[in-house]
Amino acid sequence: MNGPHDLGGQMGFGPVSPEANEPYFHAEWEKRALGITLSCGAFGAWSIDESRHARECIHPANYLSASYYEIWIRALEVLLERHDFASRSEVAEGHARMQAAQPKRILTADKVAAVLAKGGPCDRPVESAPLFSVGQRVRTINEHPAHHTRLPRYARDKVGIVEAVQGSFVFPDDNAHGKGENPQWVYTVVFDGQEIWGMGSEPGLTVSVDAWESYLEPV
Amino acid sequence: MEARVRALETVLTQKGLIDPAAIDAIVETYETKVGPRNGAHVVARAWVDADFADWLKRDATAAIASLGFTGRQGEHMRAVFNTGDTHNLVVCTLCSCYPWSVLGLPPVWYKAPAYRSRAVMDPRGVLAEFDVVLPETTKIRVWDSTAELRYLVIPQRPEGTDDMDVEQLMHLVTRDSMIGTGLALSPSARQK
Repeated sequence: MNGPHDLGGQMGFGPVSPEANEPYFHAEWEKRALGITLSCGAFGAWSIDESRHARECIHPANYLSASYYEIWIRALEVLLERHDFASRSEVAEGHARMQAAQPKRILTADKVAAVLAKGGPCDRPVESAPLFSVGQRVRTINEHPAHHTRLPRYARDKVGIVEAVQGSFVFPDDNAHGKGENPQWVYTVVFDGQEIWGMGSEPGLTVSVDAWESYLEPV
Repeated sequence: MEARVRALETVLTQKGLIDPAAIDAIVETYETKVGPRNGAHVVARAWVDADFADWLKRDATAAIASLGFTGRQGEHMRAVFNTGDTHNLVVCTLCSCYPWSVLGLPPVWYKAPAYRSRAVMDPRGVLAEFDVVLPETTKIRVWDSTAELRYLVIPQRPEGTDDMDVEQLMHLVTRDSMIGTGLALSPSARQK
């Protein structure tokens, strides 16, 4: 979707303003937000793709004014209601009233180290050989789907070179919407700066994206 | 947000869905165990060990795992090496993808619109805000982390460090140098 999250090439946000000696957290609630988000992810009720899409669906005015932990919490509330773990009204009141769905897993303190060390690999085997090869010229598709996708707007309908075949991975456009993992080959495609930004591009700039096979067409 | 998050934790705890002690353990992990020292170890090792550097180029996930750094948001690692003529810069324009297993939690600016919008279009302008000015002849390569690959920049080894060991070299490797918004410190800059 062409949501507020798709920020590459947008203007008007001002300087980056890195903070010297930045702490890991700027408030106690950020610590809890991190831990709650990871704990709920461990339920196994939704994928990382579904959670990314929930964040993208936050209203643009809210998304762009929120800190990232606030974005996480706003999206988490939606996911918890969608999957029958907690309603918005329960969260608003701060009191449990309804029976929750049964999660596949509950993350207890003793399991944290093992779960974080294991992570959640997203590579999956596919039966077919890659359609594209290293060095090949490809064009990204010009599509504007209403659903989740990982091809940024600035990199649509652009010609680039396949620099690497990175393996086969869960296809987020389907997986975000409960349509299965449907893995595809993923390629690193590199674009000349001018192809994306035109004559005003910085000299010598190249930009790459990691693109699923169905984002690409032969040139 | 303080009250909102507290209410959320209360409801989920009442339902037995989350364990507050697990949250403490997660926070402790990212405050004390998993941070940019992991990545600095990888970089310093690559500087002193050509075989390790070669392994990093071919299979960064395995090479990094051999040092004990695995896990969440580091499942599929790629290492990209700065050279005399190319400087690498990593961004996630679509969300906040970041190699947690080697760099820990991302800084606020990495997740914020100013960096995500401009890194792909105006990288030299962004670098200037980090006090990094590269020669005009240096080509900039921006990596937008749009899939599940997580990128670690291997900065160039500073001059005057030939007699330093891995432990000493690690102190020259900053978090930003492994994102591409910084360079490794020179030994004299480190002492200042």
